[in-house]
Amino acid sequence: MNPSPETGAKCEVLFTVNGEAKKVLAYPMERLLDVLRHDLKLTGTKEGCGEGECGSCSVLLDGMLVNSCLVPVAQASGASIVTIEGISAHALMRPLQESFLGCGGAQCGICTPGMILAALHLLEKKPEPTLADIQEGLAGNLCRCTGYMQIFEAVARTARRSVAE
Amino acid sequence: MRADPAEYRLVSPGNLHAVLSLMAGEPAQWLPIAGGTDVMVLYSAGKLPNRKLINIWNIPEIRQIEVFPDRIRIGAACAYTELRRHEIVSREFPLLATAASWTGGIANQNRGTLGGNIANASPAADSLPALLVYDAELTLISVRGERRVAYRNFHAGYKQTALAVDELIRDISLPRRFRGYVSHARKVGARNAQAISKVCLAALGQIANGVIRDVRLALGSVAPVPLRLSETEHMLIGKNIEPSLIAAAKKSVVKEIQPIDDIRSTARYRAAVAGNLVAEFLEKLAAERARA
Repeated sequence: MNPSPETGAKCEVLFTVNGEAKKVLAYPMERLLDVLRHDLKLTGTKEGCGEGECGSCSVLLDGMLVNSCLVPVAQASGASIVTIEGISAHALMRPLQESFLGCGGAQCGICTPGMILAALHLLEKKPEPTLADIQEGLAGNLCRCTGYMQIFEAVARTARRSVAE
Repeated sequence: MRADPAEYRLVSPGNLHAVLSLMAGEPAQWLPIAGGTDVMVLYSAGKLPNRKLINIWNIPEIRQIEVFPDRIRIGAACAYTELRRHEIVSREFPLLATAASWTGGIANQNRGTLGGNIANASPAADSLPALLVYDAELTLISVRGERRVAYRNFHAGYKQTALAVDELIRDISLPRRFRGYVSHARKVGARNAQAISKVCLAALGQIANGVIRDVRLALGSVAPVPLRLSETEHMLIGKNIEPSLIAAAKKSVVKEIQPIDDIRSTARYRAAVAGNLVAEFLEKLAAERARA
């Protein structure tokens, strides 16, 4: 990244989003969330609270789950970012999707992209999570519809299916 | 009002020397930002007074955990996830590893840093009582050089720290001499993840010849700063743990703390819980003695 010479200057940010090299011109303090949604039109990433409490804006930044509302885009320079749009080909995506549907883990849908990414992040590290692991892995993602039990069951079912296969 | 990004600068010098030079050149103008879990919240709400930010997330010198025979040195920009995963931190400093697991959720642990928590100086931060009982020492660095400050002298008052305007916290050093201690960490809050504590406790203790040989107690969210309970500790050392001692300790805790009413709890509730948490720890310590 080129340091911005003075207030009001945009800078060029180069990064990889869902496997594709991207270049955007943005103010360095623009939130990664806004750049994804507005500049790159990747509206699968949602804004809930905008203060890192709800997890709706979760993305993977160099493989790590982060709240994209708390990342200034300049800090994502050179990084590899994966959003909900980028995981359709992931081996766990289909079982996760089917389990969320089958268990009633998705209702209004605002938390769902973040829940799926947090679940994926967990299952990649712990393919056979306990209920406590699932609760901890999703503790930063709030849902106001389901009451969580259906979501926990969806993740547990995904793990059971993937391990069985 | 949401912040307008056009009004802010964020520069990424990429090495520690360049960061410190910039901070020294215009003292108090540049706000360091690491994982952004505090700074970005203020920024987004339009409440960040600084207009110039300096990226310290990508500074390798402050992101390592180094192990020495007598201490470990944690780079100030190490994230909570890195602390939780570190073998020596988990084994020898369980109070810190446990507090790291309470901090935010996984996404915030991936970005939130120990140095950020210290500099932000919230008396409610979950990891700070652990640093008090482990006798942490901070290395502060500027272009003028380095200096070491005992962590217990770092917070001068509510949100006030010993940091000079051109200084950064470089690392947090913990002596490796608490392996034989009984440790106890407890958070009382609406939930462990995300919610800020109503009260949290970090405690260490050691029994020898049937009496308390050493005890270290620190509480969060009960005073303007994370608080070490020196008077209560002093009163306990050399004593046999029995119900009358536990009752006296609870009274002493209530005398030492200065809790307030706020959105999360009341002073009265905090005082009762603080005493109970210390009592719970002393009972655990007594049970360890009985087993030994």
